[in-house]
This record gives sequence, structure tokens and C-alpha cells, in this order.
Amino acid sequence: MSETAMPASFPSPLRGGVRGGGGADGTVALDPALPPPPAPPRKGEERGDTGSGYNFAYLDEGTKRMIRRAILKAIAVPGYQVPFASREMPMPYGWGTGGVQVTAAILGRADVLKVIDQGADDTTNAVSIRRFFAKTSGVATTTRTAEATIIQTRHRIPETPLSEGQTLVYQVPIPEPLRFLEPRETETRQLHALAEYGAMQVKLYEDISRHGHIATTYAYPVEVAGRYVMDPSPTPKFDNPKMDDCPALQLFGAGRERRIYAVPPYTRVRSLDFEDHPFRVQEFTYPCALCGAEGVYLDEVLLDDAGRRMFVCSDTDHCEGRRADGHVGTGDAA
Amino acid sequence: MLAPGFADPVHDAQDTFRAVMDALARPGRPRPLRAGLEPPAPLTPELAAVALALTDADTPVWLDAGLAAAPEVAVYLRFHTGAPLTDDPAVAAFALIGDPARCPPLGTFACGTPAYPDTATTLVLALATITEGAGLCLAGPGIRGTARVALAPLPEGFVAQCAENRADFPLGVDLILTAPGRVVGLPRSTAVTEN
Repeated sequence: MSETAMPASFPSPLRGGVRGGGGADGTVALDPALPPPPAPPRKGEERGDTGSGYNFAYLDEGTKRMIRRAILKAIAVPGYQVPFASREMPMPYGWGTGGVQVTAAILGRADVLKVIDQGADDTTNAVSIRRFFAKTSGVATTTRTAEATIIQTRHRIPETPLSEGQTLVYQVPIPEPLRFLEPRETETRQLHALAEYGAMQVKLYEDISRHGHIATTYAYPVEVAGRYVMDPSPTPKFDNPKMDDCPALQLFGAGRERRIYAVPPYTRVRSLDFEDHPFRVQEFTYPCALCGAEGVYLDEVLLDDAGRRMFVCSDTDHCEGRRADGHVGTGDAA
Repeated sequence: MLAPGFADPVHDAQDTFRAVMDALARPGRPRPLRAGLEPPAPLTPELAAVALALTDADTPVWLDAGLAAAPEVAVYLRFHTGAPLTDDPAVAAFALIGDPARCPPLGTFACGTPAYPDTATTLVLALATITEGAGLCLAGPGIRGTARVALAPLPEGFVAQCAENRADFPLGVDLILTAPGRVVGLPRSTAVTEN
């Protein structure tokens, strides 16, 4: 065999080799002491634009394709959890790695991104994710719900009704609604396959027998399009009715648990309940102390060691918008 | 000479994916699909765009008889996507169909398993025309009330095949229907009737 003969196992790009260079093209570094030259930026790789040195929206194109395929299957089977090869992200699990990967896969240059954390645009998690995408993709960001095309959220749905042009991306910690009833993934998968959700009804019934009412207040299980029972992520159950027949597309990403699921627009999302114990959302005694809004979700804010507290809108954009329009609350402790 | 792929691989792939995502999220509502590709015939620019945006070494691709008969098509797809081509529709992740009138029955493709319905084949068909507001009546997730869309040409007994495809939900194939410049989605969750 001559020195120039090609090995039989040469991975030809015409026979399903990995694309995008990076060693699969058969190049071999001759001197291991020399570091390989940096790969030239591929056409369309926006290294110059954002100055971040990363591909557009951080993820490489192969990862985006894999996530995109999972998203399409999630949309086709509403409420079903599609496994995907979740990547390590430059933030810890629990900080929204699933939502960030979904957002990175769907994000385009024309998008306007809003990120909220419990309704707030100005908390650490929301600010750092918004900056992450501003830096790695250069897309416009906003805090105004109506202006955003993609809203990444950690557990709240904005008070401002969503519209058809918007996509809501949820960060999900535990995507499996049956996980605390059945720890084995092999079993929960079978339960979903058989649509066997009796255990969930028993759990809600145990709430009633113990507390006199369904005491589940967040991550309240829903049935999507009459088939799959789904964890709506730990949103307060106050937001569950907003998921039903929503004009916006809702995507859910769980990074640590490696699952993506979806609720297409205008899809029936029913909160599980009983005829004699119908589903009810939280009610608040007071209006928002800052903007006077009623019928919105409120956060309790402790004011001092004497236990004085006030209730303010959880959705900061909604509250700011109302105050700009001249609405005023009492400004006092409840 | 080999025809080029996306002029801008990152953003053209994202544009194509978003059009397909919106199409599947809102079945029956056509979305514009501009790819700027000039693939070898009979592969259409829209089929090529979906293939380049979504397939890679992880996704076996099945070609219909017309596409498989043109070796340039296989060379083009292998070079630009790295996807393995398969002769068996039951193992294909994606199926490209250039001649929808002679598309094999939907039941010959992978429909997923009860535990993993996401392993079903995604069919990508090249139609001649897609017209909104007339023709087949669609209902289901993603559709407010009902939607109407006229599709041509279609395989024999298409409505009956769709009913069969949906009968075993969550099992079933998903359809991405393309025509020059547009794409419409028909996921397995959609109920299709004549009127």
C-alpha cells in the first residue's frame, strides 16, 4: 500500500459524513505540537456582527437542527414530551437552559425578544438571558409584551393578551406531570402511551380529602387537546386559563430533563378537576398597590420586620404600562 | 457542476424552519417560503430548502421514485446535508415526494410507537398549487374553528388516508406540503374532510 493510498474507511462527505468540517473531511494535523488553525468563519456565521465570536444565537447549526426537529414533532403531537439531546449551556441547570435552547433554535434576525422571570423583566435571570441573546445574536430586545415576537418566560404568562404573531417559550424544571407519582421514566412513558391518568385524579382527590379543596396552586396539571396530560411548568394556576385557546404558539423546554413539548395556537387546554370541585384560580382581596389593577396576579412584598406587606403586580410591564396611563394604586401596605 | 446550497446557511435555514414551524403550528394557513435554491430537477427549490434546513446525518431520508431516478438529486442532498438515503420508507425520518399523485399510502411510512410517537416520518411533498380559503376543510389544534385549503395534485383517496392517519393518534405521519414559494402544514393532529 503506497503512502498516498486513501484508507478504506475514509469518511466521504458524499456517504453521510458529518458536515461542516471539523475533522470529518479527513484532514489530519501533521504535527501534534502545533495547534490546529482556527476554522475560518463560515459564510453567514455572524462573528463580525455581534463581536461575540459565537455562531448566531450561540448554538451550532447541527444542534439547532436537532432542536428544530424536536419542536416540529412537539407541535404535531400537542402535549407530548419529545426527547432531545440537550446541550451544556453557559448557565447552570435550573436557570432556564431548556428555554434558552428552544429560543436559540427558533430565533431569527427580525425577532424582538422579551424575557421574564415570574412576570418581571428586571430580575437576575431575565436580565442575564436577555443580555445573553443580545450579545450572541444581536436581536432587538424589549420589555413590552405587545412589541415582542418571542417571549421567554420562567413561570408566568403576561397579563397583556398574547397575539398570533407571538411565541411563548417556557423554562421547565420537571416536564413530567406524573413524576412525583411514579418516579420511573419507563413507567410514566407507558402511562402516557395508554393515556392512563387515573393517578393524577387520585392526587387531586387526596387534596380535597385532606384540605377540602384542590390545594395545588402551581404546576397545576392540564389536559392538552383531549389527549396528553401536561405539566404547564410551575406557573401559578392563575395563568392556566390563558393557555386555553391562546392565539400564540407555546413551546416548553426542559434542559436538564431533556424534553421539549408544545401547545399549538387555539388548542384546548383543560385544567383537571371534578364536577363537584371545579377548577378555580386564585383571587386577591386587594388591588395592586402601585397601579390599582384588579384581576391580575399579585406578588406579596414584605415591607418591614413588623410584618407590614403590600401586594403589587407580578407582571412589571403591565404595571408600568398602567401607571404610565395614569392609573394609581393606594401605594400603602395592605 | 454541483448546485450551491443556502447562500446564507445560518439565516436561510432559520427562515425555512420558521416558515415550516408556523405552517405546522397553524395547519391550513400557507406561509411564504423563499429559499433561493436552484437544485437539480426534479427536486424543487422548496423540497431542497426543507431538506437542507432540517436533515443531517441523524435523519434517514427516503426519496420517491421520480427523485430517486435522478442521481444528481442524491448527490446534491448527500453533499449539502450528509443525510443517509434509505430505500425503506418505514425507517425514514423524512420523505421527499416530488410526485404527490403517486405518493405511496401514508401507512407505508413510520408512524412512531405509542411510547415514542415522535419517531414518525415527516413527509415533504412538492405540490403544484396551494390555495387558501377553498377546498379541503381542516380542524384541530392550531386552527381557530375550521380552515380551508385547496391542494393539487394529491394522492388517490387523500382524505380517507388522512382520516386513517389520524385514527391512531398520537401515531401517524406529519405532512409538510410545498408549492412554488409557499408551504402549508398538515400535522397528524389535523382532521381533514371534503367539506
